[in-house]
Amino acid sequence: MNEQVKSDSSNLLEREVVDNPDFVTVGDIAVENPAMTCRDVNVYYADKQAIFDVSVDIGRNEVIAMIGPSGCGKSTFLRCLNRMNDTIEICRVTGDIALEGEDIYARSMDVVLLRARVGMVFQKPNPFPKSVYDNVAYGVRLHGLARNKSELDDIVEQSLKKAGLWNEVNDRLDKPGTGLSGGQQQRLCIARAIAISPELILMDEPCSALDPIATARIEDLIDELRQQYSIAIVTHSMQQAARVSQRTAYFHLGKLVEVGPTNDIFTKPIHGLTEGYITGRFG
Amino acid sequence: MSTQRQIVESTLARRYARESRFQWYGRISILIGILFLGFLLVTTFLNGYKVLLQTYIQLEVDLTPAQFGGEITEESIAGANYDGIIKSSLRAEFPDVSGRKNRRALYGLISNGAKYDLRDMLIENPAMAGDIRPIWLLADDEVDVFMKGRIDRNQPEANRRLKDNAIGWIDRFIEQGRVEKRFNVPFFTRGDSREPEQAGIFGAIMGSFFTIMVCMLLAVPIGVAAAVYLQELAPKNRITDLIEVNINNLAAVPSIIFGLLGLAIFLNVFGLPRSVPLVGGMVLSLMTLPTIIISSRAALAAVPPSIREAALGVGASPIQTVLHHVLPLAMPGMLTGAIIGLAQALGETAPLLVIGMVAFIVDVPGGPMDPGTVLPVQIYLWSDSPERAFVERTSAAILVLLAFLVALNSFIVLLRRKLERRW
Repeated sequence: MNEQVKSDSSNLLEREVVDNPDFVTVGDIAVENPAMTCRDVNVYYADKQAIFDVSVDIGRNEVIAMIGPSGCGKSTFLRCLNRMNDTIEICRVTGDIALEGEDIYARSMDVVLLRARVGMVFQKPNPFPKSVYDNVAYGVRLHGLARNKSELDDIVEQSLKKAGLWNEVNDRLDKPGTGLSGGQQQRLCIARAIAISPELILMDEPCSALDPIATARIEDLIDELRQQYSIAIVTHSMQQAARVSQRTAYFHLGKLVEVGPTNDIFTKPIHGLTEGYITGRFG
Repeated sequence: MSTQRQIVESTLARRYARESRFQWYGRISILIGILFLGFLLVTTFLNGYKVLLQTYIQLEVDLTPAQFGGEITEESIAGANYDGIIKSSLRAEFPDVSGRKNRRALYGLISNGAKYDLRDMLIENPAMAGDIRPIWLLADDEVDVFMKGRIDRNQPEANRRLKDNAIGWIDRFIEQGRVEKRFNVPFFTRGDSREPEQAGIFGAIMGSFFTIMVCMLLAVPIGVAAAVYLQELAPKNRITDLIEVNINNLAAVPSIIFGLLGLAIFLNVFGLPRSVPLVGGMVLSLMTLPTIIISSRAALAAVPPSIREAALGVGASPIQTVLHHVLPLAMPGMLTGAIIGLAQALGETAPLLVIGMVAFIVDVPGGPMDPGTVLPVQIYLWSDSPERAFVERTSAAILVLLAFLVALNSFIVLLRRKLERRW
C-alpha cells in the first residue's frame, strides 16, 4: 500500500518534470570563476531530442559528478563538452558551451585544440595497442609538447606517477599497454589524458568495468588530480559520486533536475525526483 | 507426470545424434573437397612432371671446313647453313634412306630449332668447328613423346604420327646409346614456340610477373586510399551511397567487360600498345579494385571504435587517427583482401585476351612495355594446340601458375604476420 503511494507520487513528479517545457533546474547551476559554462544545451539524435535545455557550470579544481538513471543523457551531455559527439553523424547540439569564455561550438574553435584542452577518459579502458610508454607519449608527441627525448621521458614519468601507475610499470614501459590489468589500463588511460596537461578532464563512468579495489585506486587518484584539474565525471554509482565529487548534478530523462554541493544533494535534496533516486526508490 | 529432468533427458539422445550428424556432413564435405583437389593436383602433376626431361639425340655432325665455305672464320660460322649440316649428318647416318617422303621423315627426327642451337653452340665455342664430332641435338617432339612411352608401337601404323621407319631409326639410336633424356632447360628459359620441344614458359612467367606488379602497384594503393576515404572520412550522403552501390556492383561485373573497357580506353583513347603487361596490369587493377576496396572497408570497420575515440580524445585529427591507429590495425585484413584480389588477377584470362595478350609472342618480355603473355593465357594457348607434347606443357604451366600463386600468397601472409602485432 505504502509502496503504491510512493511509486504514484514519483510518477507524478516525473510527469511534472518531463512534460513541463519550462522546467528550471533546481539548485545553483552557477559557480564563481567557472572553467566551463553550459547554457541551454539541447542535443538531438536525428529527430529525437536527448538533452533538454541543460545549463550548468563546471568549477575550477572541482569534481562535478553527473548521476541519474540509465538513458538519462548524462553521457551524451558529457560528450558534448569536448565535441566527441561530432563523430556521430546524426547528432546535433544547440546552446552555448564555453571553455574559459570561448564558445567551443564556434566556427573559430578548432576541435583538435579543444580536445587537447579537454581530455577524456572512457568507460571501457581503451589503451592503444602500443607500449605503455607510447600510450602516454602519443598525445605529447602529437601536439609537440616535448622539445626533446629527455623532456618526453620526463612527462611520461610524471604522468604515470600522477596516475599512480609508475611503480607498477616502470620496469615494463616497452611492454604492450593492453597487457596490463583492467584497473592498470584505466589508470594508463588517465595518464595518457593528463600527459597533455588539459584544463578539464571528462570521465565517462571510468570505473564501471573495474573491481572494487581498482575502483578505490581510481577514486583516490581523481581526488588527487583535483588539485590541478577540473573534472567532470559521469557515474552510475551514487556512492562514488558522494565519495569523489564536490558538486553533483542529477539528470532525469534528458533534463538536469538538480545541481548542488554533493553534501546537500545526498543529505537534503530539494527536488522530489532527486530524493527518489538517491534513496533508491526508483532509477 | 514427468519431471523437467526426464523431459530434458529424453531429448538428449536426439540432440547429440543431430550434432554428430552435422559433424559428419562437414567432414564429408571436406573430404569431397580434398578428393577433388587431390585428383586435380595428381593428374596435373603426373602429366606435367614429364616436362622436366627432354629427349636429345646424339648425331655425328659434319663440321669440316667444307661446311663453312672452306674457311672457318667468325663470319662463316655465323652464316653457315646449319639446317643443311644437320640434314646431311642425318643422311650420312642412314645412307639407305631414299625418296623425298622418307628423307623428310628422317629430318623430322631432329627438332626444327636444333639448327639455331647448333649455331649458338658454335658461335660460343668456335673451336668445335673443323671436325666431324658427336653433338647432342634436341629431338623432335614426336620422338620425345615416343621416348616418354606415349606412342604405342603396336598400334597400326596409320594411327600413329611416328611411322615404322622412324621408330626403326630411333631404335637404332637407342641401341647405340645415342638417345638421352636430359633436364629440360629450354622450358624454363625460353618464350613460346610453335614447336613443342622449343616452347618455354619463361616468357609467360615474366609477362605474369610484370602484369601482377603493375596491377599490385596500381590497385593496392588506390584501393586502400579509396577505402580509407569512404569508410573514415567521407560524409554519409547520397553521393557516397551511390558510389558504394556502384563499387559493390562492379565487384560482380564479368571480367571480360573490364577487358573491353581497357580496349576502349587504354588502347583506343590513350593509344597504349597492344599485348603489353602494362595495359594488362591496368585492366586487372580495374577488376581487382572493387574487391580490394570492399575487403579493406570491412577491415577498417572491424577496428574497435574505442581506439578511434581514444585517439580523438587526446586530440588527434581524423586523418591522424586513421594513419596512426586505425590503418595499422586494419592492415592485416586489408592485405587479406589484396591477396584475394591479386590471386584472382593472376588467374584471369578473359580480359587479357581482349587487349591482345593472347598474341603469339616468342620473345621473353624484358619490361612492362614489351609485348608478352601471361601464364593463364599461355595455358589456354597450349591446351588448344594439337601436338601431343603440348599436353605435358599445359600441365606444367598449370603447376607453374599454382606455384606462382602459392609464392604470392606466402609473400603476403609473411607481410601480414609482420604487420600483425595485435597486443
